[in-house]
Amino acid sequence: MSQPAHDFEALTVLIAEDGAADRLLLATIVRKQGHQVLTAENGEQAVTLFAEQRPHIVLLDALMPVMDGFEAARQIKALAGEALVPIIFLTSLSEEQALVRCLEAGGDDFLAKPYSPVILAAKIKAMDRLRRLQATVLEQRDQIARHHNHLLNEQRVAKAVFDQVAHAGCLSAPNIRYLQSPYALFNGDLLLAAFTPAGDMHVLLGDFTGHGLPAAVGAMPLAEVFYGMTAKGYGLAETLREMNAKLKRILPVDMFCCALLLNLSFQRRVVEVWNGGMPDGYLLPAGGGEPMPLVSRHLPLGILTPERFDDTTEVLPLALGERLFLLSDGVVDTSDDNEQLFGVERLRQVLGANRRPALLFEEVLQALEGFRGRSRDDVSLLDIEVVEPQLLSPPPVIYSDSGQSSPLDWSLQFEFRADTLKRFNPLPYLLQLLQEIHGLRAQSGALHSVLTELYSNALEHGVLGLDSALKRDARSFASYYQMRNERLQALSEGFIRVHLRVEPGPRGGRLIIEVEDSGKGFNVSKVLARPVSEQGLCGRGLNLIRRLSRRAEWVDEGRRACVEFAWEALA
Amino acid sequence: MSEIHIDRKVLSDLQEVMEDGYLQLLETFLADSEIRLSQLHGAKNADELAHAAHSFKGSSSNMGAVALAELCRQLEDRVNHGPLQGIEDLINQIDREYAAVRGLYCDERQRVSIG
Repeated sequence: MSQPAHDFEALTVLIAEDGAADRLLLATIVRKQGHQVLTAENGEQAVTLFAEQRPHIVLLDALMPVMDGFEAARQIKALAGEALVPIIFLTSLSEEQALVRCLEAGGDDFLAKPYSPVILAAKIKAMDRLRRLQATVLEQRDQIARHHNHLLNEQRVAKAVFDQVAHAGCLSAPNIRYLQSPYALFNGDLLLAAFTPAGDMHVLLGDFTGHGLPAAVGAMPLAEVFYGMTAKGYGLAETLREMNAKLKRILPVDMFCCALLLNLSFQRRVVEVWNGGMPDGYLLPAGGGEPMPLVSRHLPLGILTPERFDDTTEVLPLALGERLFLLSDGVVDTSDDNEQLFGVERLRQVLGANRRPALLFEEVLQALEGFRGRSRDDVSLLDIEVVEPQLLSPPPVIYSDSGQSSPLDWSLQFEFRADTLKRFNPLPYLLQLLQEIHGLRAQSGALHSVLTELYSNALEHGVLGLDSALKRDARSFASYYQMRNERLQALSEGFIRVHLRVEPGPRGGRLIIEVEDSGKGFNVSKVLARPVSEQGLCGRGLNLIRRLSRRAEWVDEGRRACVEFAWEALA
Repeated sequence: MSEIHIDRKVLSDLQEVMEDGYLQLLETFLADSEIRLSQLHGAKNADELAHAAHSFKGSSSNMGAVALAELCRQLEDRVNHGPLQGIEDLINQIDREYAAVRGLYCDERQRVSIG
């Protein structure tokens, strides 16, 4: 007799056989092999016993009184459900047709009479293996299903939380159109847009390495930095540095975020661009024509240490009706069945052929579908039109304090010297301070714009001595900003003084801003005498300042600007 | 002479498998066979006859009664596929064969119980 193996596990075996001698013989053989035995004399008893005791394996005689083996097999398989309960038919049936019937009824194997204990033991063992395999598969299937549901639920929660953050922005502005698959977040794609306090628009299209939850985890801190710093009036450079430092700190080394950032000023008609690792974006001319690429010149965010990170941006002039078109790598990296990439050339053809901006996304997607033979769901597209600033209405800032503690009679002076000017942007701090004056809050957009303009005039034309005439046309624009960066890096002396004075009046009050620089000054009357049209790109924004403030004048040969804002008493 | 009726090798294997239950197995087979015989004779239709022949074939093959099992196989085959002539004769042969093996199993029972 065979000895039980080491990993032997006793089974409960149901034997249904109407011949008493055969039943006795079989029960003895199975019992001697170490299993527990249940016996039945017919099919009906077998089914009842099975329902009560749930044996692991069933040995069934085919021909039995009351209920035959075929019917019993069917009922037992039905009772067993998904679990595999192997049924071995006991038969001396030699006809093919009868054997087929056994299998059709759910039989898994046969045992012919006369019984051989060795063969029976081998068959029980083989059937037990199958049974366990099936049990393992079912268990793992259920486990996978549980995990899958769990994961889906987590993704839903994560997306809901993320949407709360992402929708804080201005993607719904009337000049923005975008397309993003519902689960783009889990492709690592990220699309953010927000107004600065000055009414400029910051835009970020990002793409984290990887897929699934790992690709999505970095999105939250990135979005927080983006929205937080944009709302406080920080520029692209500071925001970029902070985002890079944060991602560098929290992400594992093999994770980073390709990103294209824009700072669109609809007031001044310029766009500032920083592209780190994203596909080229495009500046599309109004009324068609050759698109101008916004090329990646940087490493993605989260790779370089803060000391080595390069926040240099490019500045381009904009004209009404021009559009900025950004896209994720899903577009150009789409490959057809022969591993050919869709590529930049095909994209540029589509962009060049576009006549109706509203159809551009459709046309891009159609081109992709035609190229690949099927559509894809991991594409992000963004289209921003250059419009009159009045068409955009940045949401009013909501203040939580009552205004009763508003300070109304004070003055302050800052002096920012060369080393500070190189890497520090004081505007967010100054603007934050001025937010304390409730009467000014209705004009905070104008205040931001004016202060920004005054500061950049003092820095660029004053301290750095850059000639505004350099910005005369679009071509020299780029070299102007390149020179600006070079001179700023080399700066060793110079200052900008900012003097703020707040005075209460009989009905309201006024704010006087004085910005003084260490530069050579300029011929105020000559610049102001120019027609407005000519001031366009190179007018130092003086026109803008005069339009937005109550009073503006330049003294000390243009080295000092004095600008006044006033407010009426609040009702 | 008994080898024509019974495969002795089967019997010794059975005794080895059954050990103390061998005697009970012999008695159960003898009692069971009486039932099968009366089913053969009392069958009211072909199905009942075929079923009885099939069961008797199975138990006698398990017990090493090779000649009896072969006769039962022939009977089952005939009932299922014809020709039906000579069936009566086949049943009579089974009666005679069983009478012969019955004696042999009784002797075996005697031998075992004396030990």
